[in-house]
Amino acid sequence: MTFMKSLLGATAALAVTAGAALADPAVIFDLGGKFDKSFNESSWNGAERWAEETGGTYAEVELQSDAQREQAIRRFAEAGYNPVIMAGFSNQTALETVAPDYPDTTFVIIDAVVEAPNVRSVVFDEHEGSYLVGVLAAMASESGTVGFIGGMDIPLIRKFGCGYAQGVMDTNPDATVIANMTGTTPAAWNDPVKGSELTQAQISQGADVVFAAAGGTGVGVLQTAADQGILSIGVDSNQNYLHPGQVLTSMLKRVDNAVYDAMSAGPEVETGVQVMGVANGGVGVAVDENNADLITAEMQAAVDEAMAGIEDGSIEVHDYMSDETCPAVQF
Amino acid sequence: MQKMPAWAEVILVPLISLILAAFISALVILAIGENPWEALKLMVQGALGSTYGWGYTLYYATNFVFTGLAVAIAIHARLFNIGGEGQAMLGGVGVALVCLYMPWPHWTLALVAASLGAALAGAAWAAIPAFLQAKRGSHIVITTIMFNFIAAALLNYLLVGPMKPTGSMEPATTTFQPGTHLPTFQEMFSFGDQVLFRGTPANVSFFVAIAACVALWALIWRTRLGYEIRAFGHSEPAAKYAGINPTRIIMITMLISGGLAGMMAINNVMGEAERLVLNATEGAGFIGIAVALMGRSHPFGVFLAAILFGFLYQGGAELAFWTTIPRELIVVIQALVILFTGALDQMVRGPLERVFFAMRRPPKPDPRKVRTEATE
Repeated sequence: MTFMKSLLGATAALAVTAGAALADPAVIFDLGGKFDKSFNESSWNGAERWAEETGGTYAEVELQSDAQREQAIRRFAEAGYNPVIMAGFSNQTALETVAPDYPDTTFVIIDAVVEAPNVRSVVFDEHEGSYLVGVLAAMASESGTVGFIGGMDIPLIRKFGCGYAQGVMDTNPDATVIANMTGTTPAAWNDPVKGSELTQAQISQGADVVFAAAGGTGVGVLQTAADQGILSIGVDSNQNYLHPGQVLTSMLKRVDNAVYDAMSAGPEVETGVQVMGVANGGVGVAVDENNADLITAEMQAAVDEAMAGIEDGSIEVHDYMSDETCPAVQF
Repeated sequence: MQKMPAWAEVILVPLISLILAAFISALVILAIGENPWEALKLMVQGALGSTYGWGYTLYYATNFVFTGLAVAIAIHARLFNIGGEGQAMLGGVGVALVCLYMPWPHWTLALVAASLGAALAGAAWAAIPAFLQAKRGSHIVITTIMFNFIAAALLNYLLVGPMKPTGSMEPATTTFQPGTHLPTFQEMFSFGDQVLFRGTPANVSFFVAIAACVALWALIWRTRLGYEIRAFGHSEPAAKYAGINPTRIIMITMLISGGLAGMMAINNVMGEAERLVLNATEGAGFIGIAVALMGRSHPFGVFLAAILFGFLYQGGAELAFWTTIPRELIVVIQALVILFTGALDQMVRGPLERVFFAMRRPPKPDPRKVRTEATE
């Protein structure tokens, strides 16, 4: 409460305190809210981990509308929070406008690149992580047909699907990859019913492993896959625990690590573009007690080999966003 | 028929409703373990205590003035236009077409053109339900609300397809031409080193909104058309008997209504975002209904109610920034105010009227005495 009061004071004397002393970090969650079981929750986990380990405090806000993006960034910057961390490419335009106004504050944006001297842009090699789960999917599949269910049809999600398909095809050249997108609007991120329908449709086409890269929609995909007795692959956070023994693995996108790193580095966080890939633990596959029985030693070896290959460059995973084409699958 | 004094009608009823809403909200905040007094202070301080707060409050209020006026004019003709949301979305498309594809030498020209574009698009969207109501008797409430969904789908289509720059992840257009940038309050009112309204989206369209209030007042109470609209609203058969053409009145009223709702886009699309995003309207079309009801469909009342709702929005945002009150509960607090001022209006009005009449009825009271009693 005393912390609250000091904040109230800071609000009152706002114009004067610009760029001042607090130097606590601040996190801005996107419209999905911090308990979305996916992207935002992952960044919240990272922030909580930092708070637990260091005993520090941080400010946070869950955005309610697009008009608040710029407001939230300015508000935290003016109150002296540093760094100000935001997750989601939707903040890109707002940050491009705001960042030059607060040269003493460092901003961290995840999933987008903002060219400014005081911004760290964290982007992930989702295609590499997807490649790894593709390898696992191809080995786990008995029918030789695997599915991909994306959320909103944007280049980022195609990047997931493309890497996944390449992983599948490199492992089993005879395999078939079925790719579907849930929709073309942001509603597609949170439509578990449609996710469930698409899973049914893919099962009827012979798929016995489906990979959901669809935010909240994925919950429906994993549920239906479990109900129908096929395997599924989660995304972003480790979702293996949702249906123990029926989720093959999860493609980890360590947004939490990105947030944690930025908070740990504090105001002196290094700016520029930071690429989180297989090599630095930014993306990977989740193996825990829930899926230990599903991942055979042979599969584990194949994944390790693929990871090594990606790291040393002998395996080149095609990045959809580099040229908006995908050799491995048709969307 | 007895009536309460005007000041009680206009000020006392909404004030008591507000106090009731604030009281219930305080209980809600107490229940989650926060201090309601601190929360209230934070809301007032954050929304009204600085030019920064006012910059946001007036920005939201500008949206609500337009949509509130849109609902108000329709109510005068006893039409209930709940399609403000869809009309405002289409207004955004109108603004985007004007601002994206034409080079503008100066913002004044762009503002006039964009206002026209927004109003035309909004009016066009209202025209179809109006026509169906006038010619086919399809109820305007049903058709306008369904047109909200069609508008949302249309906007989706445009922003995911034709109007989105290739390769962009966001369903949004590119940023408008620099010539269409509207002066913000920060640019208009800052002088020397003194930066006022820093970083806030309030812009020159606030004055357009005020002008719209005045124009609408003049239209409703000072023109023949306004008289016809009100006459039609009071009694359709009487209006017909007097030679007023119902089809014409319905069409004209709804076109004005849709145009006003559409003009909201010059504030949020042209003034704030400077590009068209998917959920640009943020529910302002629906808030307009509450604003019009609370403002008793009078332009000045709409203006005051819009400021109140602007305060609630900006105050709510401040709560989200500086307290742990979850955003869902902030919506609850906003909803309580709408509930008490809009829907439960009669709950306050009834007892209050009885109090006034009880004081008035016994032996021909001295007017001065009544006044002193009432203010006690």
